[in-house]
Amino acid sequence: MLKTIARNLMRGPRTMTGPGPAEAGVEELASRLDRAARTRLGRSLSIREVDAGSCNGCELEIHALNNVVYDLERFGLRFVASPRHADVLLVTGPVTGNMRDALFRTWDATPDPKWVVAVGGCALDGGLFKGSYGIVGGVAAVIPVDLHIPGCPPRPIDLLSGLVALVEAAK
Amino acid sequence: MLDHLASIGTPAGNHRPFPRFDLDRDAWAGLITTLAEKTDWSLVGLWADTALVHMALREDLAGTVAVVSLTCPEGRFPSVGGVRPSAIRLERAAQDLFGLMAESLVDPRPWLDHDSWPIRLPLSADPPDPLGNPEPYPFLPIEGAGLHQIPVGPVHAGIIEPGHFRFTCNGETVVRLEQRLGYVHKGTEWLMGGRSIGEVAKLAARVSGDSTVAHSLAFARAVEAATGSAVPERAVWLRALMAELERLANHIGDIGAICNDAAFAYMLAECGLLREKILRAADACFGHRLMMDRVVPGGVAVDLPDAGRDTLESLLAEIRATFPGLVKTYDEKASLQDRTVATGRVGPELVRRFGAGGHVGRASGRVLDARRDPGHAPYDDLEFEVPVFHEGDVNARVWVRIKEVEASLGLIDQILERLPAGPIRASLNATAGQGMALVESFRGEIMTWVEVREDGVVTRCHPRDPSWFQWPLLEAAIEGNIVADFPLCNKSFNCSYSGHDL
Repeated sequence: MLKTIARNLMRGPRTMTGPGPAEAGVEELASRLDRAARTRLGRSLSIREVDAGSCNGCELEIHALNNVVYDLERFGLRFVASPRHADVLLVTGPVTGNMRDALFRTWDATPDPKWVVAVGGCALDGGLFKGSYGIVGGVAAVIPVDLHIPGCPPRPIDLLSGLVALVEAAK
Repeated sequence: MLDHLASIGTPAGNHRPFPRFDLDRDAWAGLITTLAEKTDWSLVGLWADTALVHMALREDLAGTVAVVSLTCPEGRFPSVGGVRPSAIRLERAAQDLFGLMAESLVDPRPWLDHDSWPIRLPLSADPPDPLGNPEPYPFLPIEGAGLHQIPVGPVHAGIIEPGHFRFTCNGETVVRLEQRLGYVHKGTEWLMGGRSIGEVAKLAARVSGDSTVAHSLAFARAVEAATGSAVPERAVWLRALMAELERLANHIGDIGAICNDAAFAYMLAECGLLREKILRAADACFGHRLMMDRVVPGGVAVDLPDAGRDTLESLLAEIRATFPGLVKTYDEKASLQDRTVATGRVGPELVRRFGAGGHVGRASGRVLDARRDPGHAPYDDLEFEVPVFHEGDVNARVWVRIKEVEASLGLIDQILERLPAGPIRASLNATAGQGMALVESFRGEIMTWVEVREDGVVTRCHPRDPSWFQWPLLEAAIEGNIVADFPLCNKSFNCSYSGHDL
């Protein structure tokens, strides 16, 4: 193990170059972030992930953001364990009837100013699960959404672009 | 087992590849008594249809599989949960979705229905309105000095799926864990009914994102069995290639994540990097990192490109160069072993009673693997080890994964070497029928049952994720352990919420 660590230190990080902010994301967000929020947040955002009914595909790719290749924290973005510590809710899945209250209460527990990023096709409008008795719709059916990152599931690089756009807009 | 079932029931036609028998009420009740004696007949699945209940059984040593069905026009059937505890949650689900009452069910509380849907009994012939003003869920009562409860979820602290865990503790020690699931119930089975095979295949691919290949494969094989359709040989081999890549990515990711839950982040970093490389190779070869919608009824949707072989061969070389070092680190670090050895033990008797498979079963001496038993092409033509351990602790579940990573590397070698040329997709026969498939996902055995009409419409599809038989054992595994070891136990199981809640 020590040999591997030493070799890794010599070789340098295996982190890939970060992407630019997604064009669409910047436009979508710039209008929503006011000056006060920018001053308060600087370049650091805390993210609370909420699965409101996804198949777990989106979670796998969100997890990948934390691996050494994408290394989310270098952009000032980090995942936190409680909505009370969060600036951003990253919500996946069609919102199920059984998760509706939990999602709303998580949003309600997040202090202002806060943003909601809906991740994946299901989070937009229910996706393939549209019309089922078991879901209430996309994330916007329960809480206001500021940015949507499409994909089934979105690749980590797309997630990264969307989130970088969020920080850029807040800079 | 087949002889016995044939003697008490009537063989039903058009059910492939395993036989199905229609039973009457007395025969069903008699079978429950027989099951109490025949401990080696394990429950493979129990699911309902409108006024009908099916049960799939396997004779463990012989490997025989069969389905029995009971028509219940009065909406009730004798509960199997008393002799096969793994049926209890399945019966609760059948009650919630179809309104079929399991008589003398030991735990009749609702399971998937949280009183939040616009209708009740959504899959019954005539769903009634909701009750309104729902009662709070009655958790099991506790009494005794010094006990306290810790409610966790449905929104958890990590980036994981939602579910509720209620711990009853005495000091640091967990006295009882009670799970409440169903939070990600999306009405998948309802959506699957009455849709075309192509549409249902997309839903099947999203039963549980981490086993999308395995669930797609189970659905495809069930549809092909129902319609009696053949699959081109190259597609059969490509399917196995994707299934083994999925197994590699998940097992390596899990090994890292389990170590991380013991605060050993080095393993997470190194395994996370390997997992990323596998997903990128999958993307380069099949155009999707998780290979979603790549296995379809009739074959596969995309062919392995010419450059794919080199991509995969260099991936295998890299894993072979790195992985043994990681295993050595895992095995030699006393601080890690201190957390994983003897933690979260599940005894062989419980594993057998619940018919649990995958790393949970194989870490506690239950050796079943659907690739071999009942087995299917191309695995019957390939050489691989099915590892089995007997300690039943977190460490054993890690070791099952380690050995399966090694086995999958060997399987991919063989597949690449022998991959036949030819077409990758064939059209399905326009035949009506019922079909069933057993497929080994990284997590364990998936059972998918379908009923297809002549015009290619699926009238009923039931995917049974391996998690159904593993979740209840997690409640047993944590008993007597400390609260702080729960994440470790939970990750070593890594059950699916979405696959279970549907």
